[in-house]
Amino acid sequence: MNKTFTIIKNEKIARATYEMKLLGDVSDITRPGQFVAIKLDGYFLRRPISVCDIYDCSGDGSGVLTLIYKNIGGGTEFMSTLRPGVELDLLTGLGNGYDTKKSGPYPLLIGGGCGVSPLYLLARRLIAEGKHVAVILGFGTAEEVFYEDKFREIGAFVTVTTADGSHGTRGFVTDALPAAGSYTYTYSCGPEPMLRAVYKAAATSGEYSFEERMACGFGVCMGCSCRTVTGYKRICKDGPVLEKEEILWK
Amino acid sequence: MEVKRNDTAERCDTSVVLCGIMLDNPVIAASGTFGYGYEFSQIYDINVLGTFSFKGTTLYPRFGNEQPRIAECPAGMLNAVGLQNPGVDAVISRELPLMAKYFHKSAMANVCGFSIEEYVAVAEKLDLEEQVGWIELNISCPNVHGGGAAFGLDPKMAAEVTSAVRRAVKKPLIVKLSPAAADIAAVAAAVEAAGADAVSLINTLPGMRIDLRRRRPLLANEKGGLSGPAIFPIALRMVYDVYKTVSIPIIGMGGVSTAEDVIEMMLAGATAVQVGTANLVNPTACLDIINSLPSVMTKYKINKLSDIIGGAHL
Repeated sequence: MNKTFTIIKNEKIARATYEMKLLGDVSDITRPGQFVAIKLDGYFLRRPISVCDIYDCSGDGSGVLTLIYKNIGGGTEFMSTLRPGVELDLLTGLGNGYDTKKSGPYPLLIGGGCGVSPLYLLARRLIAEGKHVAVILGFGTAEEVFYEDKFREIGAFVTVTTADGSHGTRGFVTDALPAAGSYTYTYSCGPEPMLRAVYKAAATSGEYSFEERMACGFGVCMGCSCRTVTGYKRICKDGPVLEKEEILWK
Repeated sequence: MEVKRNDTAERCDTSVVLCGIMLDNPVIAASGTFGYGYEFSQIYDINVLGTFSFKGTTLYPRFGNEQPRIAECPAGMLNAVGLQNPGVDAVISRELPLMAKYFHKSAMANVCGFSIEEYVAVAEKLDLEEQVGWIELNISCPNVHGGGAAFGLDPKMAAEVTSAVRRAVKKPLIVKLSPAAADIAAVAAAVEAAGADAVSLINTLPGMRIDLRRRRPLLANEKGGLSGPAIFPIALRMVYDVYKTVSIPIIGMGGVSTAEDVIEMMLAGATAVQVGTANLVNPTACLDIINSLPSVMTKYKINKLSDIIGGAHL
């Protein structure tokens, strides 16, 4: 799981939001919703970042890994300065990821901010399985919006919301739910207040991806433990995706 | 990913004896950074380790502290996990049988408690387990209120809990010391007199961070334990001081990340060395250290690692 990747692209795609593409061994990344942990020079702990997309181009495991991250200062600020050609040490294939088998024919994917990122590979996989995918992408304002067209290109039915109404539907992701039509399953990723709102508003069962401060990222330090209906879970190893029925809100 | 051990430099003798049990090398993965070894066994064959100290065990299951439990620091990290563990009965019925499938050496059982009675009860149970080679009495966890750390701060209290557990267990008893004690060498001397077979040091140092946006302590527990390379020189100095005071073996730990760090610790007086936080950042940290020990020994003209224990002392 400890692999060297080479940056091939690292560009700003929206306000404070960067898309990084890396070349390396993606074979340990098996499900959408998993994450990688990046070692950055000068920062002690690795940065956990969701997998946005992977393309296995060779059949021998090497491929292109796409990550989307927000520059929130510190480590991610440093990440945003890295240029193509730079090599990074990644732990890959971390976390459980989403289960596409549970989706039924009409899955609804709801993401907020950088939480939109892992929904891209999820949408791609669901569509490849012949499902009709609708996505609701929530942002604060128009300059923060990313990947709206990319979701459309792969055949997803896309609704965008912005809190200030500068793009798409005004309001939060849940304000777009009534217009989403009927759906068979909900997949969600985003800030915890958004997950709570989706949890309350969504009509179906589903899977929700959580964030927590982590040290190791692979299940040994107990730094990111949370309580669930089915007992204590490590967000990094038993998560980050929890089933709706097992979530216990703090 | 299967990582193979590098067995080239067989001429270097890395073995050490810890309380009558031979270790292939002095590298011990530290409690709280290695779980029960399972996750690491998926990455490399953990039987290359000298041994490892599994997650601290209390009498009853504990969830530990609320989130957040982790904060980053320059050259290290703070944790306030708060001894999350399933309790001694579940460790014995569930974790140890699983561990036996992938770890075939004697393991070290890290024992925690909130009272002398609890330490004794947990140690007694783990002492009966065949897989347990040593009992490591953790009287130094900084992250539980009214918990074990208080025992580690005072020589008299440290001696009391040590002698109570000593009477209850047959296996070698290691006492894990706190760097927060006013005089760690005095605590070491007190536990030696109370029957400890070895001491391990140091546990994490109390520290904190403040969230600038919220203007509140970053950790839910407010304070946490500092670990990582930041504390290595402090740990080394304490091992050096304790070596002058006691004649029982010392297990040195605190920020150890390289084979060179292991050798420094041994020169300061450590018989064996624990590697903790390095495992969290680099999952193969222990393996990498073990693999590079022979070449680093050769570089510094060391044939037999056990010859250098305490070598920095006049």
